[in-house]
This record gives sequence, structure tokens and C-alpha cells, in this order.
Amino acid sequence: MKLLKPAAAGTLESSDCFVSIEPSENGIEIDLKSDVIRQFGDRIREVIGETLETLGIENCTISVTDKGALDCTIRARVESAAFRSAEIKEEIPWEKL
Amino acid sequence: MLNAVGRDIPEEILEKVHKVPFMGNGHYDGYEIKKTGPKTRCVISNGKNKLVSSIREALELSGIKDGMRISFHHHFREGDHIVNMVMKEIHEMGIRDITLCASSLGKAHDPVYDYILDGTVTGIEASGVRGKIGEAISRGYLKNIAILRSHGGRVRAIESGESKINIAFIGAPTSDDYGNLSGMGGKNECGVLSYSSVDADYADKVIAITDTLVPFPNYPCQISMTKVDYVVKVDEIGDASKIATGAAKPTTDMKKLMLARYCTDFVTKTPYYRIGFSYQTGVGGASIASTLYLADRMRGDGVKMAFGLGGLTKPMCDLLDEGLCGALFDTQDFDTFAIQNMHHPRHYMITAGEYASPFNKGAFVNKLDFVILAALEVDTDFNCNVVVGSDGMLMGAQGGHPDTAEGAKCSIVLVPLVQGRMPTIRDRVTAVTTPGESVDVVITEYGIAVNPRRQDLIDAVRDSGLPLTTIEEMKEKAYSITGEPKDIEFEDRVVAVIEARDGTIMDVVRQIKE
Repeated sequence: MKLLKPAAAGTLESSDCFVSIEPSENGIEIDLKSDVIRQFGDRIREVIGETLETLGIENCTISVTDKGALDCTIRARVESAAFRSAEIKEEIPWEKL
Repeated sequence: MLNAVGRDIPEEILEKVHKVPFMGNGHYDGYEIKKTGPKTRCVISNGKNKLVSSIREALELSGIKDGMRISFHHHFREGDHIVNMVMKEIHEMGIRDITLCASSLGKAHDPVYDYILDGTVTGIEASGVRGKIGEAISRGYLKNIAILRSHGGRVRAIESGESKINIAFIGAPTSDDYGNLSGMGGKNECGVLSYSSVDADYADKVIAITDTLVPFPNYPCQISMTKVDYVVKVDEIGDASKIATGAAKPTTDMKKLMLARYCTDFVTKTPYYRIGFSYQTGVGGASIASTLYLADRMRGDGVKMAFGLGGLTKPMCDLLDEGLCGALFDTQDFDTFAIQNMHHPRHYMITAGEYASPFNKGAFVNKLDFVILAALEVDTDFNCNVVVGSDGMLMGAQGGHPDTAEGAKCSIVLVPLVQGRMPTIRDRVTAVTTPGESVDVVITEYGIAVNPRRQDLIDAVRDSGLPLTTIEEMKEKAYSITGEPKDIEFEDRVVAVIEARDGTIMDVVRQIKE
């Protein structure tokens, strides 16, 4: 997937996360802030990395402000932000997600 | 040294605080102590004027000096002005090395943070600490080890002389010029002065601070002139809108309603639910909803409660008004309705000692059938944590949790299975405040787990159709949703000890790792 522009998804409500993503050329850079970083920081990075990999994104700057979101929520927010960034509005490959 | 809840309490900490590890409930049953009385400056002359012009003058007359222990109550909750007013004066006088011994400290007391940093305050003893004070302790800024006690434990510590109060400050909604104090009347009503009673009885000097002077005698009084040295009138002792809120709107959160429904269903299936039972509950959404459900069941079953206990809100007072409850014994009022309900002839103020002290000749908690509690975390041995956040920061209060859980015949903890991303039911809690042997039932939205120590309760509800499960299953379910949390890291330094009711050490809290 090719990212075209900066885009965001999510909220700062409890149990959600706010994700902003933008294209870059230096691999994947993750900036993570989380209320549960001590207990789940590694796991959250892993989920972000896996989601980007599934989407075929190899270069981006992604910043995630997490308010205790579960893995499924983090995945969904990262996907939304990526699709918005890639300007994909139709024919989302649901079966791959 | 491992204590009775399996916590490792370092020897050097035990020596430092002159304590022994927790040895299990009931270890001190029948123990005899000699209580230590206060120094009393006699007022025999009929010309004595107790009214002084300022807090500063009262402090000077009381002989404030470095290293003293001073005390406060928390009946004004987040609306309290007393602690900050007094501490500002003490700071300006250049007094240092003060130990604050408060029934609780909250966010209203954030200004104390600066006094901790500059050495004005070097010790803290409280039921709990929130906001910036909790942060200061957790980050290791307080010079001495903080001591966290339950409401009953605080009374024990003061009466036994372990926590000798030099000067007690009692914010009083009304006072006369001779120091008869009441939580009723005035512009900042709080209802009762339960927590201050032991301070008035055992402090060497007692300073009453009010914003509403009434003609002598202010009767019925809750604290007598016979214990008060000075009376100060100030403009505002607190912020009425934060002392007591309006009655909480009933929750519409389905999860909390589910907890409430399970709770009431469980309560009514036990043998303790009968004419003349006794009950205490909290102020959270699920607790309040369960009181409403319970009232419905009592009407239908023709069962009446003999008495309700503890901190009160409108739903408990409604039971009294409706005749479903015979009497209320009040230690704190959380809404304006509960305060006004004090005018009911069967709504009584009791002291914190009468409520919960383990070291007297019997307290109300021992007569409880049910207590409904909450918790931050519960482990698979039913140990509860109510003071340390999952991030390691001090953020809550023991309150009457350990007292009522031990005293009540059936103690029930209501917790959502997951809070944010943190599993509430865990292998190991961040800190133990209430031992698992005091906790009989844990209820989450995924079911009801009865402590295996209570085979009688398990037998009583076995065929009830209730969604029974085990604490281990609850934990597995929680971890399957959130993933397994990593243990957070702490520095070695112990910043606080959690005292059991009897004064032994339940757990230690270490400095947070930045």
C-alpha cells in the first residue's frame, strides 16, 4: 500500500487510541505514548508492526497515543489511518485484514 | 520476611517502622493494650476566651514547632480548605519536618506537594493519598516512609500512642466560641465529624476552625468543648459544591448494572439475607445500583434491614425513610441528601472508632452481615489492592475496606473484569491492602467467584442458577481479552508501608521507576 498524505484515526477516549500516520522513506518509525506502556508497550508496538506489515507498508512515520485500547482497537485504528493516508475509500481488502 | 499474604517485607523496613509482618486476621484477638491519653491544659477560670483571631495565633498558642505531628479529617473531601490554610501558615512560619496525620488526603491538597519538596512536610500518615501527594510519595520525594492505614487502623494507631498527635485541626461547619463542634448547619455542611473524634480525644492541642460561629451552646454537638483548646473563625472552611454533590444519577452503564444485578441476586440467596440483616455499601455506580435492586427485592420479600453502616448516599437514606431500614450509623456523607437525612431521628453519627477500630471492645463492622466493596485489583487468592494504581503510583485510599471486609460475615467485591486495558483480576496485585481471607465473593460481569475458604457460601448458592465461576477462570478470561500484563519495575527504595488493621505490615510500596 502506498501512503500519499498525512492522515489520522481514532480518539483520546478511554479504551481507544489516536493514530496519525504519514509517508516517509526511512522504514517504519513508531512513536508510542500509552497509559499502559509499562505493562503493554512491547505488545502494542508488536501489534502496530504486524498491522503495517499486513497492509504492506514498509515506510511511514506513525504516532500512536494509546488510552488503554485492546489489540483489536489498535489494529482497526492503524488500518483506518493507513487507508485514509492512501486515499483508499472503496474496495478495501477486508478479507486480508 | 514473607507475611501471611505472601508479601516479602524487608527486615530493615520492619526495624525502621518498628513493626512486624502481617500474621493473619485475628492474630491480636483478645490482645490487651493500654491506651495513652492526651496532655490537657485545664480551663477552670470562667473568663477563658478560646476564640482567637487567626490560624497563625492558634498555631503560636499551641506551641507549633519543628518535628510535630498534626492531624486533619477528610469530611470536606475534595472541597477541603483546612489543610491548605494551615499548611500555608506553617510554611510561612518556617516550621519544618512536620508529619501530616490525616484521615485521608486528596487532590484538594495538591499544594502540599511543594511543602514535601522543601522539607516542611517529611512524614505522611493517611488512609490514602491521591493527586500530587501520591505522586510525590511514589517518586520518592517524601523524606520518611509514608504510612497508609485503614480508618479503623488509624484509630488504633492514635489510641495506642503509636501515632501521637501534637495538634489536631478540626474543620467544623458550625462551632460556638467555646468549641462545641458540629458537621451540621453553616454554609459548608458535611453532616458528621466521625473521623475527628479520635483526634479530639487524643491530641494534646485541638484547634477548631469554622466559618460559622453560632451562639453558645452549639448543641447537639458532635465534638465537645471539653476537648477543644482554641476556636478560629475563617471566611470559608471549604467549597460546599465539592464537599457534597447532588445525588448521583443512577448509572446506565450495562456492565455496572450487570454487576449490581449479580450482587443483589447473590445477597438475597445467602442465609444472611433475612429480617434484621445489616448492610454497608459504597458510592460507586454499581454499588448504588445494587442498593436500588436490593430495595425492590426487600419490598417483594417483606424483608427489612436492621441497620445500614458507613459512608452514606441517597439510596441508603431512602431505605430509612421508607421504613425498609431500621437505622443508619453514619461515618461520612457523600451527597447533600445524606447530610439532610441526618435530621431523621434514626440516623446517627458514629465515630471512626465505633465504626471500625480493631483495638477496642467491639466495633460496628463486627456486626455487619454484608459489605459491598470495590477494588483496583484482585488476585487469584482474593487479596485486594485499593491504593496503588496498576502503573505503580499511589492513587487510592484504604478507607474502611480492610475493616469492613474482615468484620462482615459476607464481603463482596464488585469489579469490572477489565479497566481500560488492565485486567482487574490478576495473578498478583501491585500491592495488598485487604487480605484474601477477608474477601468472600468477587463479582465481575463474567460471573461470581466465591472464595474457596467459604464452602458454606458455595453450598448456599450452588443450585441458585447464579453464574458461578472461579477466580482462576475470571483471571484467564481477563488475560484472554487484554493479554498478560508485564510486571512493572520499581526502584528498591520503599516509599510507603501499608499497615494491616492491627498495625502489622501488609505490604510495602516502592519508588516508581522513571
